Amino acid sequence: MAYTQDQIVSQMDAEPGRGGNMVLNLGPQHPSTHGVLRVKVELDGEQVVRSEPVIGYLHTGIEKTFEDLMYQQGCMLAPRADYVSPIINNLCWVLGVEKLLGIEVPKRTQYIRVLFAELSRIASHLVWLGTSAMDMGAMSPFFYTMQQRELILDLNEMAAGYRMNPSYFRVGGLLQDLPPGFPEKLYAFLDGFPHWLAEYHELLDRNPIWIERLQHTARISLEQALDYGWTGPLIRALGVPLDLRKTHPYSSYEDFDFDVPTETEGDVYARYKVRMREMEESLKIVRQAMDNMPDGPWRVADEKIYPPEKTEIRQSMEALIYHFKLFSEGFMVPPGDVFSAVEGPKGVLGCYVVSEGSSRPYRVHIRGPSFYNLQALPAMIKGGMLADIVAAIGSLDIVLGEVDR
Amino acid sequence: MNELLDALRETFGEKVAVAQRIGQTVLTLPKDDIVDVVRFLKEHGFSILLDITGVDHLERDPRFDVVYHLYHLQLHDLVRLVVQVGGEEPELPSVTQLFSAANWAEREIYDLFGVTFSGHPDLRRIMMPDDWIGHPLRKDYPLTGLGPLPPLVRE
Amino acid sequence: MATVDDDRPVLFSSVKKLSAWARSNSLWPAQFGLACCAIEMMATAASRFDLSRFGAEVMRASPRQADVMIVAGRVCQKMAPVVRELYDQMPEPKWVIAMGACASCGGVFANYAVVQGVDRVVPVDIYVPGCPPSPEGLIEGVMRLQKKIREGGRPVLPPVPPATEVAGA
Repeated sequence: MAYTQDQIVSQMDAEPGRGGNMVLNLGPQHPSTHGVLRVKVELDGEQVVRSEPVIGYLHTGIEKTFEDLMYQQGCMLAPRADYVSPIINNLCWVLGVEKLLGIEVPKRTQYIRVLFAELSRIASHLVWLGTSAMDMGAMSPFFYTMQQRELILDLNEMAAGYRMNPSYFRVGGLLQDLPPGFPEKLYAFLDGFPHWLAEYHELLDRNPIWIERLQHTARISLEQALDYGWTGPLIRALGVPLDLRKTHPYSSYEDFDFDVPTETEGDVYARYKVRMREMEESLKIVRQAMDNMPDGPWRVADEKIYPPEKTEIRQSMEALIYHFKLFSEGFMVPPGDVFSAVEGPKGVLGCYVVSEGSSRPYRVHIRGPSFYNLQALPAMIKGGMLADIVAAIGSLDIVLGEVDR
Repeated sequence: MNELLDALRETFGEKVAVAQRIGQTVLTLPKDDIVDVVRFLKEHGFSILLDITGVDHLERDPRFDVVYHLYHLQLHDLVRLVVQVGGEEPELPSVTQLFSAANWAEREIYDLFGVTFSGHPDLRRIMMPDDWIGHPLRKDYPLTGLGPLPPLVRE
Repeated sequence: MATVDDDRPVLFSSVKKLSAWARSNSLWPAQFGLACCAIEMMATAASRFDLSRFGAEVMRASPRQADVMIVAGRVCQKMAPVVRELYDQMPEPKWVIAMGACASCGGVFANYAVVQGVDRVVPVDIYVPGCPPSPEGLIEGVMRLQKKIREGGRPVLPPVPPATEVAGA
C-alpha cells in the first residue's frame, strides 16, 4: 500500500532514531554479488546500520547426490561445488577417498596433481581479480584476466578433454597421463604469464580510485576473523601464515619451495596484495612441478580400484572382469570417516567422508571456505558506506556454489 | 597435542573418549558436555572452528551424529568431536556463544537434518525455503524430494 | 502512399522482417548467472570469444532493459520464484536460453533441491547442452535464437499471468 507523505513523516517521528532507516535489498539478482547472494541492508542515509546475508538460492543438494553415486563418480560431482577452482575440489575428494582406502598414488601423479591444483588457483584468482575490478568500475582488467584464464583452460582441455570442470583426478590416479606436447604448451604459458601479472599491477597498483576504495575498507580484527572461522587469503591478510600446503603437506607439497605471502593491515587492499603474490608463488610451484616431473606410473597398480588399461582388457579375461565390476558396482571402501582438508584458493577446503563399507559413501560433507568467510560480512560492513559493500563482497571472493552446496 | 589430551582427560574424566582414526584425533562425548569441551579446547588454543556437520544413522539409536572440527593454529592440529543425539526431537546445546562461525552451520544442520540447537540466537531454515516440509539430508527423505514435478511452462 | 490498399500487406510483412532482423542482431541478455555456466557465460562475453561479434554483449543488470534471459546454471527450488519474477519483469518481446544440462533438465542433480529444467518455470526457446557448455556452444545457441527470431519465432503475447507456484514439497 502507498503512504502519503504525512503518514511517512509521522511514522518516522513515532520511531525516533529508527524511523529514518531504509531497508535495502541487494540480490539475489544483482550484478556485484558474484552469483545469487542476497543481502538485506539497513541503511541510515548512506551508512550501513545492520545487514544480513541470505543464502540458499543455489542449494543444489550436492551432498545428497553424493550418497547416491559411487566413489569414482564423485569425482564428477565434487568440481561442481566450487566451480571457479574445480580441480582443487576434485583433489580434496580423491585425497579423502584415498585416505579411507589407505592407498597412496605414485609420485608422478602427485606432482601432476600439484601442477593442476596450482594452475587452478591462478585461474580462480584471475576470475576474482577480473570481477572485483569490474565491481570497482574498472572494466579492462576483466578482459586481460579472462584472456590468461583461457590459456589455463586450454591446458585443462588438453589433459582431460574438458575446459572447465575437467574431473581430471580420479581415485587412484588420473584420467590419463600428460598428453604429448603438454610441457611445451605449459612452458609457453609460464613464460608469458609474468608479463601479464605485471600488466595487472600496472593497471591497478597506481590507480587512485582502486587504492582509495580498497584501503581501510571492510576491515575486521583478528579475533573476529578467528571467531568467524576465516581461512585462506583473508586470514593471511591479517598476518596469520596459515596455509595447509605448508603445515599439513599433502600430495607432495613438501617437495616444493614456495612462500606464504602475508600482510597485516587486514583491509581489502591487503587481501588484494596477498592474492596477487599468491599467483606468483603458484607460478613458481607449477614450474618446479614440471621441471622435476618424475617418471613412472601415473596410477595405482591395484586393478580393483583403478580400471585396467584398454589394451589389457582386450587380451585378459581377468582384466575384463575387473573393468566390468568397477563400472557396474564400484570398489568397496572400508568403514570409517575422514576429514580431508586442502588449501583452496578461498581457504581451507574440507571434505568429510563417512563410509559404511559399501561402494557408495554414506555421507559426504563439503566444508566450503566461502560458507564461513561470508558469515563475517555483517561485521565487515557495519558502519561503512553502502558502496563499500561491493568492495567487501568482492574481497571475500565467495563462490555461491560452495556456500550453498 | 598429547599433553592437551591428558589435560582434557583430567578435566572431563571418562566422559570424553579419545581415539585415533586414520591419523586424526576423534573425541566422542555426551551432548550435554559439548559446550564445556569446546570452551576447554578454545582456551587451549583451538582457535578456529572449521566445520560442524551432521550424519544421520537411520537404524541406530541415538540416530544422529553431530560432528565438529576444530583447528589449532600453533600446533597445526585438527580435532574432531562427535556427539550423538537422538529421540523424537533431537536437541543439543549451541556453541554460538563461543564461535560465531557456528551460527550458519547449526542453522544448516537444523534445516537439513532437523536437529535443534538450544540457545541459538536465530534458528531458522537457511538453505531451503521457509515453508519447506521435511529435512532433506535425513536418510528417510527420498533423493528426488516428496512432491511431484511441476508441469512444463509453454506459451 | 497509403492510398493503395493492396500494397499494405507487402509493406507490413517487410517491416516485420526488418524489425525481426534488427531485434535478432541486438539481443540484450540479462546479466544474471547462477552457477558454473555463469563463469562460461562470462568467458563468452570476454576477450577470446567476444559475444559482441553477434550483437549480444550488452549484459543488462536490470531485467527491465533485457530481452533475452540466459539461464546459466542450476535453478533450485528457492531460486525458481525469483527467476519467474525476473522473467515477468522483462519487456516483450523476450526469449529464454536454457544454458547447460542443469537448466535444461536438471542435469546431474536429479534431486530434491534442483528444479528439473527451467522450462518448469519459464518458457524456453533454446536449450544449449553441456555441463557447462563451451563458449562456442553458447554462441551457437545465441545464433540459433537469432535465426528463430528472424524466422518469426514466438509471437508477441499479451502480458503474462502472475508467477506460478513452483515451490516444492
